Amino acid sequence: MSRIAPGGASQDEQSDASGRTVAVADAAGLPERFENPGLPEHRPRLADIDRKAARRAELSVAVMFLLSMVGTVVTIVGYFAFRLDEPTSGELAWSNRTIGLGLFLTIFFIGMGAVQWAKTLMPDHEQIEERHSVESTPETKSAAAGILREGVDDSGIRRRPLILGSLAGALALAPLPALVLLKDLGPNPGNKLRETLWGPGVRAIVDPTKTPLRPEEIQLGQIVHILPEQLGIEPDEGRTEGLEYLNEKAKAAAIVIRLEEGEVPAAARAGAYGGLVAYSKVCTHMGCSVALYEQVTHHLLCPCHQSTFDVLDNCRVIFGPAARALPQLPVGVDDEGYLVATEGFAEPVGPSFWERGDT
Amino acid sequence: MTSLFRYRRHRLALPALLLAGLIVAGTGYAAVLPSAGATDRGPNEFTAEQIEDGRELFLANCATCHGLDAEGGTTDGDGKVSGPSLIGVGAASVDFQVGTGRMPLQASGPQAPERAPQFSLEETRALAAYVASLAPGPGIPEDRWLDPEQGDVAEGGEIFRTNCAMCHNFFGNGGALTEGKYAPAIDSEPVHTYEAMVTGPQNMPVFSDDVLTPEQKRDVIAFLEYAQAEPAPGGLSLGAIGPVSEGLIAWIVGIGGLVALAVWLGARAS
Repeated sequence: MSRIAPGGASQDEQSDASGRTVAVADAAGLPERFENPGLPEHRPRLADIDRKAARRAELSVAVMFLLSMVGTVVTIVGYFAFRLDEPTSGELAWSNRTIGLGLFLTIFFIGMGAVQWAKTLMPDHEQIEERHSVESTPETKSAAAGILREGVDDSGIRRRPLILGSLAGALALAPLPALVLLKDLGPNPGNKLRETLWGPGVRAIVDPTKTPLRPEEIQLGQIVHILPEQLGIEPDEGRTEGLEYLNEKAKAAAIVIRLEEGEVPAAARAGAYGGLVAYSKVCTHMGCSVALYEQVTHHLLCPCHQSTFDVLDNCRVIFGPAARALPQLPVGVDDEGYLVATEGFAEPVGPSFWERGDT
Repeated sequence: MTSLFRYRRHRLALPALLLAGLIVAGTGYAAVLPSAGATDRGPNEFTAEQIEDGRELFLANCATCHGLDAEGGTTDGDGKVSGPSLIGVGAASVDFQVGTGRMPLQASGPQAPERAPQFSLEETRALAAYVASLAPGPGIPEDRWLDPEQGDVAEGGEIFRTNCAMCHNFFGNGGALTEGKYAPAIDSEPVHTYEAMVTGPQNMPVFSDDVLTPEQKRDVIAFLEYAQAEPAPGGLSLGAIGPVSEGLIAWIVGIGGLVALAVWLGARAS
C-alpha cells in the first residue's frame, strides 16, 4: 500500500514501530503519487437549462410554502374547534392531533421549501476559497508576547507577593465545597438493605386492599400479593410516611402461593404452612416485581428481564439474568388464625449490593 | 350497545354479526317452540333436563379428552393427560372455556386460543349444568357483579395493577409468557372476565372470592371497561402495549424519516 508522506513525496519503504523495514509500495499499479483530482466537471441542473423544469421547480417550492400556510390554518382551526374547558378525552385527543399536525405542516414545509428552492433554483456556480496557513508570523507572535509581558509589569504583581500568595490560596481552596457537597451522597444505608418490616408474628395483609388474610382463603393455584401489617396505614399517616413508606413497601412486598402439600420443595418445607409458600416479590437481578405466576408450570417470571424462578425448586433461577433464588418468607398462623410471618427474610431481598457479602 | 358498536370495523365484525344473526334466528325459533324453559331462574339453578342435555353434549364433544365421566382423560407414555378432570371445576369454568371458544380444543399447543364459540348459549349452559352437577365448584356470577356502572374504577385500577397488569398489560392488552404461552388481551364479556378470575383458566392463577371479593372483581371489570373505552388523549395509542410498539415506530418511522430527509438534503438536484 502506497502512502503519501507528510512532505508530499511517496516513500517506497518505511520503518514500522518495531524497526523492521516493510515494503509499502505494491505492484498493483497504484501511482507513486496521487494527484489532486480537482473539482468534478460542472454539470448544470435541469432547472438551469430547461425553462419548463425551472418553472416546475418554482411551482414545487410555492406548493411547499402553501402547505405551510395550510398548516397554520389547521393549527388555528384545531385550537378553536376543540374547546378544552371541560374536554372529554376524545376531544383532548383530537385537539392534540390537529394542533400537532398543523404545527408540523407549518414549520416543516417552510424548511422543506427553502431547501428545495436552494437546491433547484439558487445560483449553482462552484466557488473556491484557498486555505491559508493558520500560524501567525514571528512579528505578530513577539508583539503579542510583548503585550502580555507589559500587562504583567503594569499590574505590579511581582512587587506585591501578598496579593499573589492570597490569590493562589483562594484558587486552591475554591474546589473544596464541591468535595464537601459529596457528603450528601451518604450516609451509608447501614442495615437498611438487610432488614424489612417482616418479623416473627407480623401479619400479612393483602395488597392493595390491606385486609388481613386467612390461610383457608387461599385456594389451590392462587397467588396473593402481601405486605406486612405495618403498611396497612395510609402512607401519609403515622410513622411510616411518604418516602419511607414506599421504601419499606418496596423491600417487604411478597407473594404467597398455595401448592399441593406434596409439591412443596423440601428446602422450603420448614417455612411453609401446609401448601402455602411465601417468597419475596423483589427480583434478585434489578428489583422489579416478580409476579407473573404460571399456575400450571409453577414458574414465576420477572417482567423486566425475563428471569424465571421455579417455585417447585424453592424459587431457583431457571432462566434469565438473576443470580440468586428469591428469598423465602417463613409463614404460619397466629392465635386468631391469620397468616403471619414466623420470621423475617433470612437474607437481604432484592438485587446485589456492594457490601452484601456473597454473590 | 355502544361497547359493541366500537368493534364495527374489526375484521371479525362481519363473521360475528353473521354468527349473532344465526344465534338470534336459532334461539328465536327455539323460543316459539313450546318446550322453551322458564327464564327467571338464577344463573346456577339448572333443570334436570339441562343436565341431561349437557351430558349428551359432553359425551359427544368432550369425553374423548376428559373421559366418559369427566374424571380426566387417559395418560400417554410421557405422563401427559389428554384432558384434566372436570370434577369440581364448576359451572363458571365451563361457561368461560366453552363460552370463549377455548374448548373444545381444536389443536394441541402451548395454550388454548380464544375463538368464536362452538356452542350456543343454551348448549354452553347445558354443559355447565352437567359439570356443575358432578361436584360443587365456582358458579356462574350473578348479573349484579357484572355491571361496570356499579364498580369503582379507581379501586379496580389499583387491584388490576397489583394483581393483573404484570401479565395482562396495564391496559389489559395482554402480553407474552414462557414457551409460547401468553396472557390474552382482555376484551371479553364481563361475565367471562369474572369467571377467569374465579377459576384461573390454564396458567392464570386463581383469585378466590375470599381474597378478591365479588365487589372488587366488579371494580376490576369497571376499570377494564373504562380503560378500553378511553381514547388515547396523547393522540395515538399505538396499541397501548408500551415500549415495544412505541420503540418500533420511533426507530423505523421516526429515525427512518430523519435518515430519508438527510439523504434528500445531501442529494444534488437533478
